[in-house]
Amino acid sequence: MDDAPHYKFVGTRPIRPDGVEKVTGRAAYGADMVLPGMLHGRVLRSPHAHARIKSIDTSAAEKLSGVKAVMTAADMPEIPNELAPAGEMMVNFREVSDNILARTKVLYDGHAVAAVAATSPSIAEAACKLIKVEYEVLPHVIDPVAAMADDAPVLHDHIFTEGLPEKPSKPSNVAKRIEIGTGDIEAGFKDADVVIEREFNTAAVHQGYIEPHACLANFTFDGQTTLFCSTQGHFVVRAICAKVLQMELSRLRVTASEIGGGFGGKTVVYLEPLSIVLSRKSGRPVKMVMSREDVFRASGPTSGANVWVKMGIKKDGTLVAGEAVLKYQAGAYPGSPVQPGCMCAFAPYDMANVKVVGYDVVTNRPKVAAYRAPGAPISEYAVESVVDELAKAVGIDPIDVRIKNAAKEGTRAAYGPKFGPIGYLDLLNKVKESEHYKAPLGKNQGRGIAAGFWFNIGGESCATININEDGTIGLVEGSPDIGGSRASMALMAAETLGVSTDRIKPIIADTASLGYTFLTGGSRTTFATGMAVTQAAQNAIQQLRERAAKIWDIPVEAVEWEDGFARPTSSNAGDFEPLSIGDIAAKAGKTGGPIVGRAEINAAGAAPGFGAHICDVEVDEETGRVTVTRYTAVQDVGKAIHPSYVEGQLQGGAAQGIGWALNEEYIYDKNGKLDNPGFLDYRMPVASDLPMIETILVECPNPNHPYGVRGVGETPIIPPMAAVANAVAAATGVRMTDLPMSPPKVLAALGNANGGGDD
Amino acid sequence: MSKYHVTTSINGEEVEFLCEAQQTLLDVLRDELELTGSKEGCSSGDCGACSVMVDDRLVCSCLVLATEAEGAKVETIEGMADGDQLHPLQQKFLEHAALQCGICTPGILIAAKALLEKHPDPSEEETRYWLAGNLCRCTGYDKIIRAVLDTAAEMRG
Repeated sequence: MDDAPHYKFVGTRPIRPDGVEKVTGRAAYGADMVLPGMLHGRVLRSPHAHARIKSIDTSAAEKLSGVKAVMTAADMPEIPNELAPAGEMMVNFREVSDNILARTKVLYDGHAVAAVAATSPSIAEAACKLIKVEYEVLPHVIDPVAAMADDAPVLHDHIFTEGLPEKPSKPSNVAKRIEIGTGDIEAGFKDADVVIEREFNTAAVHQGYIEPHACLANFTFDGQTTLFCSTQGHFVVRAICAKVLQMELSRLRVTASEIGGGFGGKTVVYLEPLSIVLSRKSGRPVKMVMSREDVFRASGPTSGANVWVKMGIKKDGTLVAGEAVLKYQAGAYPGSPVQPGCMCAFAPYDMANVKVVGYDVVTNRPKVAAYRAPGAPISEYAVESVVDELAKAVGIDPIDVRIKNAAKEGTRAAYGPKFGPIGYLDLLNKVKESEHYKAPLGKNQGRGIAAGFWFNIGGESCATININEDGTIGLVEGSPDIGGSRASMALMAAETLGVSTDRIKPIIADTASLGYTFLTGGSRTTFATGMAVTQAAQNAIQQLRERAAKIWDIPVEAVEWEDGFARPTSSNAGDFEPLSIGDIAAKAGKTGGPIVGRAEINAAGAAPGFGAHICDVEVDEETGRVTVTRYTAVQDVGKAIHPSYVEGQLQGGAAQGIGWALNEEYIYDKNGKLDNPGFLDYRMPVASDLPMIETILVECPNPNHPYGVRGVGETPIIPPMAAVANAVAAATGVRMTDLPMSPPKVLAALGNANGGGDD
Repeated sequence: MSKYHVTTSINGEEVEFLCEAQQTLLDVLRDELELTGSKEGCSSGDCGACSVMVDDRLVCSCLVLATEAEGAKVETIEGMADGDQLHPLQQKFLEHAALQCGICTPGILIAAKALLEKHPDPSEEETRYWLAGNLCRCTGYDKIIRAVLDTAAEMRG
């Protein structure tokens, strides 16, 4: 059966429209822009994990030659406590403001306390050292479980745990308790033949984008401000800056630079309001760029967590019950991704009895930011590890347990909705049938598999199709291109219009030139902005047909659009030569003026992303080093618009997940100071750490998108941690429950398993 | 603060600049000479985004003091294409979709070019170890390695 639509452009692999600029070094990223008279801004940061700010004396810094402005939180408006949507989370803007520049207390090592603008970076740095801050150091807490204890140092006096039956009488570091579930969990466990429970810990990990946060603000005396910055969503930057600085949106024009990676971490605002205030105070443009150390100490990692999972299985392989308790650290302010963690935990399974409890816990660490499928990798790592053990306990291949219990169309997830068409079962069968899954293994090697689920989102997107006078096409959209999305937009416009991509030039417009477009995140861009682009192209086609009708003097209903040409619907309509876009564009002035197709939408109908990964490892028993020797990522991608960039999402997500599994972690010393704020000690995977990452794309189209797109960017980071852990277990017989599985931990675990080590 | 006067060659052209003692070659390339193709990812020589050639040697320009460029021959990403003719590596990176965000790309291209000049027929493992000093967070390296190996094959003819 092949009833899939056949496309001329969608599914091909043209060179990306912004490619030449990026391979020649011409593309302008966040730190690459310069304005006349520009100053350089620097931030003074807290050396303490938790302290009250008693006083800040900036007088000596202000007197230094070359210093043009110094600011503290006193230069920012006081913001009331209120929850509002920002990025992928709900946010309290008082806390956002406080995180941008500490007002009364510093809550983590690296928390910003003051900022300086000067004529050179070296003068700005010298000025920071002249600012005198008097602190009263307070007890701190780093670990989420410790932060939940009754006697833990409390970060915020105004946080009382939400979600309890009764409002607590005293403040707590637990901002929220949440619970989701379905069925009868106790009855479910009674029905099981085997029940396994395990406790897991995962370390906080950073998104690790190679480009540090950077921006350039220019405040003019009439209050008009331009901002150039590296962000996943410049409309969201505008909204947050306007909120914390109490500006009108129309006075702030934000242009997204090219973005050097984000993975969720560039949905947050850190430097931008500071550069605007410093520009206002100095009367000059101010550029600010974080150092790598700043990025690690003060920009969002994702949560570290403690996770307890209990699951039950019948001898025939039916999963009957799943229970979990998730404790996620939020960092200094509430808002860990524990809610999506709870919702995703058991989502790949059609399982009758589920209960998940989650806690959002503040700790003296940087406030977490979104990181690729926020929350899901942590809970699904724990669940997928336990499923692997259950399969072994009942003597069934782990892939068969997943196939037997797979969520499918019509399955109601424990968090509420029923799934529409999904390709999960199909992709699990692809895993089972793959050459990789059957390949032989060598000594000290093992193979693991794990599944992953993520929701994906839609949201607001705008697009404009400008039909140029020569018939070429300007495609205007508002989603920063973080991994090749301009190419996908051009392909969808090309398919709709019936012209090749080389005639279409996509650009990302600034906030003054296009309607509100939500950020590049939630795996939404190709889905939602792609839908807007398609509708804008359809709108342009309607106008092109009208113009052709006018030229031919026939009714518009008698004109059809096919393969890039207006044609009469039949010979009854008249005998006319087809008109190309160029033919019609050349006469546009005489037929009604410029031709511009538009769409402004709030895209609904995002379809979930399911994936499963196969991982082979080799464990060095002497050193504890785990080497990934072979890796395959399989995913239902809906429809791959540009397959190379879809494969790239799977490969990149897998690599990040392997880093999360094996090496990456935030390490704090006893004073709460981050010990490894650099790439040397925060060890991300390098080329020699990894094998080729094979991909298998399964295409189960999303019926809600004109080309069947479902989001693909986030799901690939979910399966790797469990796939690696399951492979390590297969190779060694040892179940690793603490991430990362770094050599010392693996060595210790092997030593314990062999009756205790001698070191 | 008095500045140092440096005369050097960048991408085949003689260039003079003034710099502070503590400024790195990367600082000068980016901030004084507006050659922003070399990127700053870490300032500690760990990410390779600032890779350039100095006297035919692959270096992190964040670890070279600007004054050390006196009398040297510096090659950056801006000099890699010949006019509008892309270097084969640049072309293959585009064809293989070997970049996503593109921030690491200039450094990786410089490093890969240095590899192929030294080893025209590298193995996958040699390529992976040669590029181990260039971090990429987007691609998982797969398409980068394929692009380099494909370029090597094409350049050998």
